[in-house]
Amino acid sequence: MMSSKLTAEYVRSLIERGKRLDGRKLDEFREIKINYGVSEKAEGSAEVMIGNTRVVAGVKMDIGEPYPDMPNKGVLVTSAEFLAMAAPEFEPGLPGENAIELARVVDRGVRESGAIDLEKLCLVEGEKVWVVFLDIFVLNHDGNLIDAAGIAAIAALLNAKLPKITEDYEIVRDELTDPLPIKDIPIPITIRKYGEHLLLDTTALEEDVLTGKFTVTTKINGNICAMQLSDGMSMTKDEVLQAARMARDAATKIREKLFKDKLKELKKA
Amino acid sequence: MPKKKSEESKSNNKGAVRPDGRKVDELRPVKMEVGVIERANGSAYVEFGKTKVVAAVYGPEPMHPRHLADPEKAVLICRYNMLPFSVEDRKKPGPDRRSIEISKVIKDALSTIVALEEFPKCMISVDMVVLQADAGTRVAALTAASLALADAGIPMREMMSAVACGRANGKIVVDLTKEEEDAEDAVDVPVAMSSLTKKIALLQMDGDMTLEEFEEILNKAEEACSKIYDMQREALLNKYEKEGKEVNINDE
Repeated sequence: MMSSKLTAEYVRSLIERGKRLDGRKLDEFREIKINYGVSEKAEGSAEVMIGNTRVVAGVKMDIGEPYPDMPNKGVLVTSAEFLAMAAPEFEPGLPGENAIELARVVDRGVRESGAIDLEKLCLVEGEKVWVVFLDIFVLNHDGNLIDAAGIAAIAALLNAKLPKITEDYEIVRDELTDPLPIKDIPIPITIRKYGEHLLLDTTALEEDVLTGKFTVTTKINGNICAMQLSDGMSMTKDEVLQAARMARDAATKIREKLFKDKLKELKKA
Repeated sequence: MPKKKSEESKSNNKGAVRPDGRKVDELRPVKMEVGVIERANGSAYVEFGKTKVVAAVYGPEPMHPRHLADPEKAVLICRYNMLPFSVEDRKKPGPDRRSIEISKVIKDALSTIVALEEFPKCMISVDMVVLQADAGTRVAALTAASLALADAGIPMREMMSAVACGRANGKIVVDLTKEEEDAEDAVDVPVAMSSLTKKIALLQMDGDMTLEEFEEILNKAEEACSKIYDMQREALLNKYEKEGKEVNINDE
């Protein structure tokens, strides 16, 4: 618990009146900023800031074996870590259940949306494919980590280029070639609630005061490709559907704002 | 052994449209039994078709290790695990990323109905083991866990029932099998719903679906969960009616 009872009461009473501590509306996002290419050694990378929340994602590519049941498809491996520097309550060590959950929710969004054209990452069917390592690190935790991580993930993937390979499938690390084939822009949006009020883009303080979260990841066409309700929140069926619509609309706005050019290109294709 | 129950009779298969002959809103044969682990405070066995799960509850007991105790409420510990031989290719024993995530969402869901505030500084452990997997293991485990908690006499505001709904081969269906989950167009939505207030406490999804399909899936899940709840009630009544009779005989 980082908040006093008094602060918690105040945050709740504001929400009941449709207001928030930082003056935003309940469904209003903080400003989102993306820095591309934070690491030149990575095949692709991006840092995403939502307010004070700061998440960095990097892509490394290797050549490996495909899964036996998908011999003609590349492989995606997603991991996430909440760095100890990101918040006083975070401890060093192996990723805990929250970091594992975040990685798996982001992974499902990317995978199920078909964002990466995995078939184009096949080099020799059944033998050699590209393996995409997507690693996500939380640098500063001021709430809404899943959304920040999801945006950082797709930004890093959009920033990624395939390294050059020789005839014997050796990777030439310092020569990048074509961009990673990307077909969609999945955006996860996490909803929290107090009473019947639904909130988007919560701060760490708000998350401390509220219980539970519901993440809905949508594709460019508005379809849902991943969902996760957790942390001890329960919702009625109507609330779930309302939240899903909110998530779809918020994702559409974010996509148009942050990924305008790619969106235009994908919609044309 | 309790007898198998199929909500539709096998002979009436006119509306059958699924690989195993079920109708779209038909559950697999469900079997439930309470009190299967004698040493545990509460336990349950649940079968959804070929998916078989055992759950056992220990506690409330003093939190161990003590520094993790919560002065305001009991800590709920959930462990979901698949036995190595429960799946096609042997699964390495012990927790992995998948089982850690599933354990977490089950814990999160159950914590909405268990009266944890009644037992500060204590822990309640729920262990769930998948003996045989044919899809829907997390919802079968959660259904069994809810039964085991009730069997242990842990105060709960309501019961919880869970089922996976989704889309397979172009149809919105309940209680998918592995075969259906592997369909080209498969959408898998595990849902857990509380018995009285009908609140959704576990909801996951992977696949690709429209909002309209999602609404249909939720409606089907609600119906299926209330059917499962009726069976949970009956399983609990079965055990306690039997025990009640035994007590009466001893009295005479």
